[in-house]
Amino acid sequence: MNDKPEKFIDENGLRLDGRQINEIRPMTIKIGVLSRADGSCYLEWGNNKVLVAVYGPRELHPRRLQKSDSALIRYRYNMAAFSVEERVRPGPSRRSIEISKVSREAFEPVVMTQLYPGAVIDVFAEVLQADAGTRTAAINAASIALADAGIPMKGLVAACAVGKVDDKLVLDLNKPEDNYGQADLPIAMTQDGDITLVQMDGDLSQEEFKQAVEMCKEGCRQILEIQKEALKNKFADDTAVNIPDDIDEVTYVEAIVEFDIEEDEYPEEDDISGESEDEDEDTGSLDEEGEPEDIEEEFIDIVEEAADEEEITEGSDIREQ
Amino acid sequence: MKRRLLREVISVSNEVVSVLKRDYIYNLMLKGKRIDGRSFDQVRDIDVQTNVIDKAEGSAWVRLGDTEVLVGIKLQVGTPFPDSPGEGVIITSMELNPIASPDFEAGPPRENAIEMARVTDRGIRESGAIDLSKLCITEGEEVWMIFIDVHVLNNSGNIQDASSLGTIAALLTTTIPAERAGKGDDMAMPVTDIPLSVTVVDIGGSLMVDPGLDEETVCDTKITIVSNQDGSISGMQKSGDGALTEEQLLKAVEMSCAKATELREAYLADISN
Repeated sequence: MNDKPEKFIDENGLRLDGRQINEIRPMTIKIGVLSRADGSCYLEWGNNKVLVAVYGPRELHPRRLQKSDSALIRYRYNMAAFSVEERVRPGPSRRSIEISKVSREAFEPVVMTQLYPGAVIDVFAEVLQADAGTRTAAINAASIALADAGIPMKGLVAACAVGKVDDKLVLDLNKPEDNYGQADLPIAMTQDGDITLVQMDGDLSQEEFKQAVEMCKEGCRQILEIQKEALKNKFADDTAVNIPDDIDEVTYVEAIVEFDIEEDEYPEEDDISGESEDEDEDTGSLDEEGEPEDIEEEFIDIVEEAADEEEITEGSDIREQ
Repeated sequence: MKRRLLREVISVSNEVVSVLKRDYIYNLMLKGKRIDGRSFDQVRDIDVQTNVIDKAEGSAWVRLGDTEVLVGIKLQVGTPFPDSPGEGVIITSMELNPIASPDFEAGPPRENAIEMARVTDRGIRESGAIDLSKLCITEGEEVWMIFIDVHVLNNSGNIQDASSLGTIAALLTTTIPAERAGKGDDMAMPVTDIPLSVTVVDIGGSLMVDPGLDEETVCDTKITIVSNQDGSISGMQKSGDGALTEEQLLKAVEMSCAKATELREAYLADISN
């Protein structure tokens, strides 16, 4: 079946599905859709449909796989047999194993695994319907599912791809662009703009690559907004109701931050870890006292948010009275 | 807000809970009650959405209480079995995805998944619900192969009935993609009957339909009965460690068939492609 379109971009600069070159497909997110999972997210992105469940932190068996200083993250990317045109054989393939690996590594830098030594955090991503960009869709959903599971993270991860068709860079490839395009560059980014996943195939000049990364950044920023919005919609009410009177959120967050620093300093004193680059980087930034400032900023944000909320609740109280 | 504390990581052994739950469920049973407040012959709320996956030739997303399964049908041209050269082929697989339960693990299907897939398959095959002779393209050479894939998304008990319901609903909406394969005109799947399974569990001598997760875990015996539109039975499977008396078995069949008729009318009567 060869249905390669003659032109991907028409004279008005619109793509086959009517999008601008820097426009992402519409995305909808549902949170907490599976009752058995600790966190879950159903995400539709264009014609992609993915469902992600997070289980854990939970005890890891067999025990020899446990890490004494942090939790293990397991990520499973799996395609439903009926998710594509030609039925895929159930079970892992070389492709899905690779995607699972790089996706897991996209989350390693943000998930605060050091809080749960010996445990495992399982992320299961099921692609129910595939239409180009499933790994990025799965990462976007996994990020939300991890948040839904209440797993401490330094921030959300957003992912999207840039490709090249008709010698032009386009954001968030659709199926024909993915199949017959000249390049495909999926990128995942943290909230702070650190790149945690990057893959590429095809042909891009260095200049194009630079531009592509910029475009991706913009795409990820848009996706981050959608993710935040979805989380706010889901949890805004819960937050207002569930915080006990005697603990305000501010002190709670403070406690976690302190714990975090202590944990991180430990391997530095010992200097035997040699575990992974990520950890080294963490301790490095702590040395320069750079991190506490960031934390303070975050802290202020949270305080402000909390204050905002309080205002709202206070306001409603007054009205009620 | 769900904040997870360190001590929550240490999991409670499942078996301890089971014993406590077993007693609780048993005591409720003595009072004629069930753990979720249903009567013994009441199924949980059902929702069936069809044609949810555009890439599949037929699909159905079934919610049975909190249990969720997604069934997708794919068709491919293949060679028939030598002993039935003029008939299409049905292949049913079920994946107990780790997404669906903390107890499920990734990997090739284990005995549970295989058993349920085969019971689902037998229900469709033995009832003659699909006219397999119409799926023949060239006798002895080319026939349509129907791939039924049951994707379990959330296990809250009784996956079996959810997948049976999803399978027939998905088949009812299936179009055979003959044009795409260059084998003539597209046609609807030749569905001639609507087999449906209803599972009954025995808890302390009382029979209950559509077991929830806890009931399924603590029950001694589970029996699945597949019945057809005319009330005939086309498949049956007992599983679990316990035994049933003859009287119980006959009662289970009666309950199950009556329920199947009810469900068929309520959820499958309007479905077509």
